[in-house]
Amino acid sequence: MDLIIRGGRIIDPGHFDGEADLYIKDGKVAALKPGGEEGGDEKTVRVLDARGKIVTPGLIDLHVHLREPGEEYKETIASGCQAAVAGGFAAVCAMPNTHPPNDCAQVTEFILEKASDAGAARVYPVGAISPGLAGNGLAPLHELHAAGAVAFSDDGRPVASSLLMRRALEYAQGTGGPIISHCEDPALSAGGAMNEGQTATQLGLAGIPNAAEAVMVQRDIALAALTGGKLHIAHVSTREAVEAIRIAKAQGLAVTAEATPHHFTLTDEAVRGYDPNTKMSPPLRTAEDRDAVRQGLADGTIDAIASDHAPHSSIEKVAAFDQAANGIIGLETSLALALGLVHAGVISLPRLVELMAVHPAAIIGVACGLQTGMPADITIIDPDSEHTVAAERFRSKSRNTPFDGQDLKGRAVATIVGGRVVFELSA
Amino acid sequence: MGGMRHKHILDMASLSTADIRTILDTAERMKEISRRPIKKVPTLRGRTVVHFFYEPSTRTKSSFDIAAKRLSADSLSFSKATSAVVKGETLLDTVQNIEAMQPDVIVIRHASAGAPHFLTRHCQACVINAGDGMHAHPTQALLDMMTVREKKGRLQGLNILIVGDITHSRVARSNIVGFQKMGARVTVCGPPTMMPIGIEKMGARVAPSLDDAIGGADVIMMLRIQKERQKSFLMPDEREYATVYGLNLDRLQAASPDVVIMHPGPMNRGVEIDPEVADGPFSVILEQVTNGVAVRMALLYLVLGGK
Ligand SMILES: [Zn+2]
Repeated sequence: MDLIIRGGRIIDPGHFDGEADLYIKDGKVAALKPGGEEGGDEKTVRVLDARGKIVTPGLIDLHVHLREPGEEYKETIASGCQAAVAGGFAAVCAMPNTHPPNDCAQVTEFILEKASDAGAARVYPVGAISPGLAGNGLAPLHELHAAGAVAFSDDGRPVASSLLMRRALEYAQGTGGPIISHCEDPALSAGGAMNEGQTATQLGLAGIPNAAEAVMVQRDIALAALTGGKLHIAHVSTREAVEAIRIAKAQGLAVTAEATPHHFTLTDEAVRGYDPNTKMSPPLRTAEDRDAVRQGLADGTIDAIASDHAPHSSIEKVAAFDQAANGIIGLETSLALALGLVHAGVISLPRLVELMAVHPAAIIGVACGLQTGMPADITIIDPDSEHTVAAERFRSKSRNTPFDGQDLKGRAVATIVGGRVVFELSA
Repeated sequence: MGGMRHKHILDMASLSTADIRTILDTAERMKEISRRPIKKVPTLRGRTVVHFFYEPSTRTKSSFDIAAKRLSADSLSFSKATSAVVKGETLLDTVQNIEAMQPDVIVIRHASAGAPHFLTRHCQACVINAGDGMHAHPTQALLDMMTVREKKGRLQGLNILIVGDITHSRVARSNIVGFQKMGARVTVCGPPTMMPIGIEKMGARVAPSLDDAIGGADVIMMLRIQKERQKSFLMPDEREYATVYGLNLDRLQAASPDVVIMHPGPMNRGVEIDPEVADGPFSVILEQVTNGVAVRMALLYLVLGGK
């Protein structure tokens, strides 16, 4: 054996939940045996003690901005992958809004090569929907898919043309990859700095209404119904969107959705100090919206938790609120915030594993699980580990998080990718 | 050999299997005329055929023109550019003017689906549809069927694969209807953006990928792809189109050893079809052109009462 993970509670939703030892050989799961047996052999290389811990299939973050190529001062593929494994993620989906954007095979191949060099988390590139993310044509989705793209998105640049979105949902069917939609009506959100509502009014900041998201979610669902295409809705932030997705799912449409930790944790009240680290797109909404997102995570309306990890340097973030860039980093706080939902009784641990591993894998069509023969991508979680978020110790190159200094409970203690221990929390 | 009860040739849906057989049999006889040193018979002497081409088409128009001349009919052309159409005359005005010259047959090509049907309501002449919008191109389907029947000896039971922009193709629609009438099975394949909703209801099977579909095909018909489709987001670019939906030698490896390759022309070499395939041993593309004249001769002859 190359590695034995001993005595943890193994949660492999739909397959196994209980205390057991996990045996790993040649990068794959070799066996899962009830705890206590003195398995292994003289050639066993390593044993990880997972007693009191949770052992799950490697977590996957569907929505990460790695910034390379083009903005390496914010993040590199290497630093982002390190941040990922430190946060318990064995794999991340890299959004295409880099410079140049990931709209052709060469960029996809570059990303995969850098990720392989980094040797930490797996990277699943997301290809652009339109060349240059310009929204006026279809990118070569087959070429991108053949190079390794698992999904397509113009994230950050909402697809304003309904016709282009229709065609993308149709055309992508030939590849099997979903269209990931950043649902925002740019005409409704233009000029807005935060959620439209009484807080924005008091703060004197221009607002972005819930409808900016809701109309696009409704539009894209209608287009998914028309085309039969696979639609994944990114970072759901409003109660209207949650409800629309709930109805779409009841109708049997191929619609999935994700929500971010900041949208299920914070509200627009957090903006009161004008901290640019509370500025993101979509913006933090009201408590009612946050609760609707939590409900959606609990009842299956929302399939996945994704961080929308968006690194920015002080150049973009140390600025007046309305001038600052959108986005916060999330890879190294996402799991702890999701465990917050478990501690609050909103979701169960197995549900968390579905939201952060099983469903993300299904959405992008990759293997996930701890059955014999599967790739040994594994996260070991201590759900009760109390710690204070210290942004200055992040592996990410950026520090733009609103959670710095907060006390959180639960985090990853080890991350294993393809049988290799790529992260271990130092005691 | 019986005649045909139709005065107009509007689409494949309105032709019976007996009609189609009559047309194809007649076309075979007509083909013989084109092989003679003097390629002209007096059959339609004194008859007038008007070619009314509202949409440019050198090939189809030339084919009809030669067909009429080989049967000794007097023919003249009306095109959008040369007629009063450009001056804002309505279709009805133009048709009434043509009708006033008392032609026997009007061959019409028009960008609007149903334009030939409109003609039948407003004139006495026989109307032959030479292509109306995305609706029908019956003479193309008939020449395709003639070519396949020549090569395969039958139509019954064959597997016909049509590849390309099905949505915008009147050739695809007419062939889907026509080949099925004669007992063949039709499969269509193309980017999902170019696959019209409900095409299965016309009896066509939709193949998810070209590579999956090639092996079972007796006939592969490649459609012309228009570069302009990029602007309406129907495809990324010609390069990706060629990679995923183009017929090249590599892909052809999977085809049956007696496969027949067709294209209605004009071809985009290197896009939907590679030159080595278009000019290769399986290609019958030039025979389609030859048979086009024969089919059009047969139709002119039959609508004017020939037996
Ligand atoms: Zn986004």
